[in-house]
Amino acid sequence: MNNYIPVIGLEIHVELSTKSKMFCGCPADWFGKAPNSQTCPVCLGLPGALPVANKQAIKWTIKIAQALECTVPNISKFDRKHYFYPDLSKSFQLSQYDEPIGQHGSFSVHFDSIENKKKFRIRRVHLEEDAGKLIHDGKVSLVDYNRSGVPLVEIVTEPDFHDSSDVKRFLEELQTLIRSLGVSDVNMEEGSMRLEPNISVARRGGEDREIGGGGGEEEKLGGGVELPNYKVEVKNINSFKFVKNAIDYEVTRHIEILEKGETPVQETRGYVEATGKTISQRSKEEAHDYRYFPEPDIPQLEFSEEEKNPPLPELPTAQLEKYVNEHSIKFEDAFIITHDPLLINYFEQLLVILIRQPAEKDLGVVTPAKLASMLVNKRISSQDSPEVSIQKASTATQQVKTDEVALSQSITKVVQENEKAVSDYKSGKETVIMFLVGKVMKEMNGQADPSLVKERLTTALKK
Amino acid sequence: MINTRDLTIKGTLELLKKKEISVEELVSSCLNIIESKNPEINAVLTVNENALDEAQQFSNLTPLRPRLREGAAISQFNNKPLLGIPIILKDAYSTKGLRTTAASKVLENYIPPFDATVVKKLKEAGAIILGKANMDAWAHGSSGENSDFGPTKNPYDLSRTPGGSSSGSAAALAAGMSLASTGTDTGGSIRLPASFTNLVGLKPTYGRVSRYGIIAMGSSFDSIGHFTKDVYDNALILSVTAGHDSLDGTTSKLDVPKYHLKLETSMRGKKIGIVKEFTHSGIDSKVDEVTQKTIKTMERLGGEFIEVSLPHVEYAIETYYILVPAEVSSNLGRMTGTRFGKGRELFGDEAKRRIMIGTYTLSSGYYDAYYNKALKVRTRIKQDFDQAFEKVDALLCPVSPTLPFKLGEKANDPLAMYLSDIFVAPMNLAGVPALSVPAGSVEGLPVGIQFVTKQFDEQLLYQVAYAYEQARGPIENLKINT
Repeated sequence: MNNYIPVIGLEIHVELSTKSKMFCGCPADWFGKAPNSQTCPVCLGLPGALPVANKQAIKWTIKIAQALECTVPNISKFDRKHYFYPDLSKSFQLSQYDEPIGQHGSFSVHFDSIENKKKFRIRRVHLEEDAGKLIHDGKVSLVDYNRSGVPLVEIVTEPDFHDSSDVKRFLEELQTLIRSLGVSDVNMEEGSMRLEPNISVARRGGEDREIGGGGGEEEKLGGGVELPNYKVEVKNINSFKFVKNAIDYEVTRHIEILEKGETPVQETRGYVEATGKTISQRSKEEAHDYRYFPEPDIPQLEFSEEEKNPPLPELPTAQLEKYVNEHSIKFEDAFIITHDPLLINYFEQLLVILIRQPAEKDLGVVTPAKLASMLVNKRISSQDSPEVSIQKASTATQQVKTDEVALSQSITKVVQENEKAVSDYKSGKETVIMFLVGKVMKEMNGQADPSLVKERLTTALKK
Repeated sequence: MINTRDLTIKGTLELLKKKEISVEELVSSCLNIIESKNPEINAVLTVNENALDEAQQFSNLTPLRPRLREGAAISQFNNKPLLGIPIILKDAYSTKGLRTTAASKVLENYIPPFDATVVKKLKEAGAIILGKANMDAWAHGSSGENSDFGPTKNPYDLSRTPGGSSSGSAAALAAGMSLASTGTDTGGSIRLPASFTNLVGLKPTYGRVSRYGIIAMGSSFDSIGHFTKDVYDNALILSVTAGHDSLDGTTSKLDVPKYHLKLETSMRGKKIGIVKEFTHSGIDSKVDEVTQKTIKTMERLGGEFIEVSLPHVEYAIETYYILVPAEVSSNLGRMTGTRFGKGRELFGDEAKRRIMIGTYTLSSGYYDAYYNKALKVRTRIKQDFDQAFEKVDALLCPVSPTLPFKLGEKANDPLAMYLSDIFVAPMNLAGVPALSVPAGSVEGLPVGIQFVTKQFDEQLLYQVAYAYEQARGPIENLKINT
């Protein structure tokens, strides 16, 4: 295994949740509708019907592109991508070939801390239309064109991944990002987010050579490792976990083949959920020449500076960094909050109150970090109004004036009266401390700051 | 029976307003001619069986009915500028509930569930759709001989072609089967047949008239125009069909003038260009004589002639036959027979030829050498026209290098056939408007002349053509032979 390095790139399709389809006025909300009930001459590809581009979908694609730090060109266009399949009504798909809306971007993902951050390059973000759906029913195959023409954004990364866990994290973060933009449901079950990893395995140049891991800046893989001359695309994956499984399965399979001195076949494979394996679908020898050319029915897209730079909400990654760096919130808490659309919305409201009001009201020691922790630990609830939660937090952390003399006496008394607990603690059973804290609090009739009690008790027990 | 052959739309509307004829009479006269003459001419593929019923909606305007209040009748005509006018549509126009074949066996049984935008507009303007006209299948051709339903014959000489690809539209109107007809002009497919059948034929600016619902040939070339007997009628119809369409992203939002109300203008001082490259292209000397005569007429009106050069126009046909088949191959991909129409094995030779050429020129490895290169030449040709129109108001050129040719004469020689479009295809590459106008006759056969203006200047185009038409006088020695 050490002699090999997986090289993985991703193609991610995201269905936009626009009201109408990409090139006609039919509703884009196709899921669960009676077959072929959401269609018109345009999405059915009837002779003479013409596409007209959905402006909202273009705006939203620019948003995604900007959120992924892509360059948005002044001019873009649609191209026809030709292939034959019964669910493709015009026998070509309207897509973007050489002038995609987003180009050369990147996306940084935090792992288990604010410092552990990896940057992955985005090759392109383009807008296209979805195809219909084939339904196989015994001996007949039926086509449902409700999905035909639904706007689809394709995000393509550079082959910057070398580890299936990185891929999983990246995808989770991408889903959070797109959800925060409000342009897609990114729902894996309904297929509004689809994942296709491209997998190959490279041989290391020599054992002492290091591979640039996830840094993503290198054109070639570091350490003299060239991109492999084949890749396997895996389709039919509908969860992040399965992406990881599929990649792990493929990497092992490729290494076995490489060990024999052979090269894995360039092909498209399908992931089988039940077995966790992949099976061959079609080899690239049958791959099509798509005969791209500019779509003559849609005028070239021209973007003004304003259109190229739409206002974006504060993105989850930036929020996470702000929480940790500026508000001293624990990474784990900040992570949970920034990855839950409900929590983050609520927490932002709490922050507004907290920042606005400290001078007017005595909120005690309520800090953003404390609020975050209480929210994550469900000690305050987003069901309450933000004001109520702030008040709860304030009460819970209200500084209690502790009588130092009484505390000292109480500790002495509790230590004397609880020999077994004390000896347990001293022999390493540290959880006992909370039992002792409780005893002291009782002695003090609750008139003490528990954290101060714990601190003093710990000191006393060390003697 | 009304003699529809000699009737213009303008004249007919006057007769209708005066209640000298009724819409029903008019429609049944046209249907009678279709019934009696179509077996010979083969101009119409499908007759609208409801045409007479549709004419009934205007029955309150007929002389047989109790008098309608004068004002109400006039306002009907104002709202419906083509009230009761029988029109035949090229069979590339989608018509809701009426078979639309593009003259291909592949679509022999295809009935569209929607109307093309232009069809909708014509109906709203009061026109009565009589039927669908024969054409070269998929509009591939210059003679009508590529129709899968047999060639159309030229009413002026049944042994000759009426020109194509809008062959049936031209022949039907010339024979009196309707008072106007529609066509599509991708590389001359309206202007050539107009010239061969003594009609006025418009290729509008690309983007002036909606293409929605019209079966595409070359999507970046297809121009949606029409045939009429004179310039006034032609301008009237464009006033109805032109304009922005939310269903066609390539249509312009420029205002549509009432072209027919502003036809009169002086030609004095108007600069008219003669294209240098068109003067030595193996043009038939008798056709050239008609062109020279036209120049003299325009000079008499005060027009000043200037020679202009379109240096890249000599590559027009080659460029056209790379770009158009590329688009054709893409557009015809949906004709799989799985959802509508019949199987692709029914494509005729010319369609197969274009699908193969187009597929080849778009293939990876050949794209740059063919498609991309041709796009660059197209840009040059556009620039040539732009530069010419900096010097002149309009161009005057021949339509066809030859007289209407014999059926079969070029049918087995695609290259010779392609060259019949040498004077008309360049305008499609440039996207400029052009009008073919009757200019004379040679040996009993019609000869047209072509005027061209810059993009979206159809008003000037009509003014120049109208001035010429008024000065030209009647064309002698022409007779419908059916």
